[in-house]
Amino acid sequence: MNEMNEVRKPPVATTGIIGWLRINLFFNWTNSLITLFVIYCLYQFIPWILDWTIFSADFKYNYLGEQITNQEMCSRNLDPENGGACWAVIYVRFYQFIYGFYPKVEVWRVNLAYVMLAFALLPLLYAKLPYRKYFLYFTYIFPIIAYFLLNGGLGFTEVSTNKWGGLLVTLVLGCTGIALAFPIGIMLALGRRSKLPVISMMCTLFIEFIRGVPLITLLFFGMVMLPLFLPEGIDMDGLVRVLVAVTLFQSAYMAEVIRGGLQAIPPGQYEAAKSLGMSYWRMNLLIILPQAIRISIPPIVNTSIGLFKDTTLVIIVGILDLLGIGRGTLADTNWLGLSYEIYFFVSLVFFIFTFGMSRYSLYLEKKLKTGINMGAD
Amino acid sequence: MIVGDFKLNKSIIGINLLICYREAIFEKRYLNNYLNGENNMKKLLSIFAVVAFAFSAHAGTLDDVKNRGFLKCGVTTGLAGFAAPDDSGEWAGLDADMCRAVAVAVFGDRSKVEFITTTGKSRFPTLASGEVDMLARNTTWTISRDVNLGFEFVGVNFYDGQGFMVPSALGVSSATELDGATVCIQTGTTTELNLADFFRLNGISYEALPIETNDEGKENLFAGRCDVYTTDASGLSSTRAAASNPDKWVVLPEIISKEPLGPLVRHGDHQWGDVVRWSLNAMIIAEELGITSENVDAQMSSNVPEVLRLLGVEGNYGEMLELSNDWAYQIIKQIGNYSESYEANVGPDTPLEIARGLNALWTQGGILYAPPFR
Repeated sequence: MNEMNEVRKPPVATTGIIGWLRINLFFNWTNSLITLFVIYCLYQFIPWILDWTIFSADFKYNYLGEQITNQEMCSRNLDPENGGACWAVIYVRFYQFIYGFYPKVEVWRVNLAYVMLAFALLPLLYAKLPYRKYFLYFTYIFPIIAYFLLNGGLGFTEVSTNKWGGLLVTLVLGCTGIALAFPIGIMLALGRRSKLPVISMMCTLFIEFIRGVPLITLLFFGMVMLPLFLPEGIDMDGLVRVLVAVTLFQSAYMAEVIRGGLQAIPPGQYEAAKSLGMSYWRMNLLIILPQAIRISIPPIVNTSIGLFKDTTLVIIVGILDLLGIGRGTLADTNWLGLSYEIYFFVSLVFFIFTFGMSRYSLYLEKKLKTGINMGAD
Repeated sequence: MIVGDFKLNKSIIGINLLICYREAIFEKRYLNNYLNGENNMKKLLSIFAVVAFAFSAHAGTLDDVKNRGFLKCGVTTGLAGFAAPDDSGEWAGLDADMCRAVAVAVFGDRSKVEFITTTGKSRFPTLASGEVDMLARNTTWTISRDVNLGFEFVGVNFYDGQGFMVPSALGVSSATELDGATVCIQTGTTTELNLADFFRLNGISYEALPIETNDEGKENLFAGRCDVYTTDASGLSSTRAAASNPDKWVVLPEIISKEPLGPLVRHGDHQWGDVVRWSLNAMIIAEELGITSENVDAQMSSNVPEVLRLLGVEGNYGEMLELSNDWAYQIIKQIGNYSESYEANVGPDTPLEIARGLNALWTQGGILYAPPFR
């Protein structure tokens, strides 16, 4: 009987690396075929991309050891057989990519704003932060500080938004759009579900109008029509006009996302809150919205990422964001023809930000266990 | 000024605007435009232009610029040789020099200019709404832009013409052989209309691949998504210069259009138009007279009367323009004459390698010609 009690090990083929490979990559013959095909593609692609981006690439000096100052000096233009990417263009233009045309003596202000942005985001992103309450106070006043820091005033010399550009514009548009659209979107979503016909109609009208129009049209409206309807002398800054358009656009989408979340909350939750004698606002703030927003995290992040990428459309109205600076660089006779390098760099920066956002939302979903059907019977 | 009154009462402005707007819409001219015009965007723009014109015609742009302390000049978002930011973030190019010349004329300082980037679509509304004082944005002078959109072209700083570029492997030697070709074409520009005209005249067909920027056109052509790229010859030169192997591409001999590119201002402000016009003319006349940024100081004691008039030693031409008397001297000193600007930005020694051609002085086989300075 002793032999019977002996625990038998599982077959080698289902555990460890081999087991994992068998189950995931070579489960059946179609699976194996696809795996082999993908491996072959990667084998073709990875060495080539590594070679092009790193091993044969010029960073600051070409293969002759000279410092690169124009495209003719890139290794790949000196000798087409030799040399990969010519990152020198990014190196030389790095300042413009990050700050646009911001004056060099004032650039510490942008750097400070970038650092402060990180600190302002910390308590929002990480709930277990020690002294989170105090950090949150800082987050609330950060937009005001950032405004004076970047734009000028309060003793800082003014730097007109025309001189902003590159990542600075992308971040200002993205962050402001996302941050402002969230509260406005919540109000619109609640408004659209309101039982008061006037409010509900107004919110519906606004949302449907904005959603029915492409962002480019809104940007044009903000850029071209707005100044015509403002009296002369009242000069609305170009970037502000774009910000207004972007925020309106984003809040309409955000409203619909949150409305989706609101509709997923079972009626029992409303009834329970009401039976406790809660007012409309208390019910929404304490019971409904926390749950609705929690289940809407994936679509919220989705539209936010969408907006972050849509900010590149501002080139249409003549604002040079990260992509715009890249295109401007390509128009410099010194750097003609380096479009692969520039677009690669721009997409890499965008990827870092959008991938960061999507990973963070995954972390949040896991932490808040949004997959669990809360409150439902 | 009326502008001052405007500020006082916002509601009046609203009503004024509304009236202007309605007038513009119901005016027969615009109704006709709606019925047989070619381009919706243009119609809308013309209405904007009228509204904006009704609004800003009273203001003297020169005074506005002087009060503001700097010039607002509309340029492209980047076009090789014409306007593009250099490594230090300064705008450089033929059009950028044009902006700087006007800034120098008004302020005597080439740095007193703010460059506002505009796209093919946003340039006219931006000028019409008063957001820029002038455009120097490789814009073709046409009758409809000059008359209907309510702008005034003050001169030509580059004579361009639309050409075609094809891969040499295509084996085409003339644009008339391009039947059935896929053509990359920038939307919202005169090149689009010229292309349609050319192909219709020659009884051949094409398939258009609409693109937004020069860069996009380049990538599409290099990737073989279109057989032909058509744009102004200057743009083709920069496209060819950007190719990894320029010999693989040929520019066909046909130049199918006249594209006089020049700076423009809003209709109705002639004083300002004169300032911009003569800033450009001063650079051309300086080349004619052989004055360069290097020898301008020596030329102050020249014995040629026109040189002395241009440099402000004699006469009071600066005062006539409400500028300082040494305005032209400063332009030549700080920017250079037309030739210097041309050679530095687009000339044969730059990667663009555009020969002077039509842009040579009238005395040297070109058509560059400025009225006499007297």
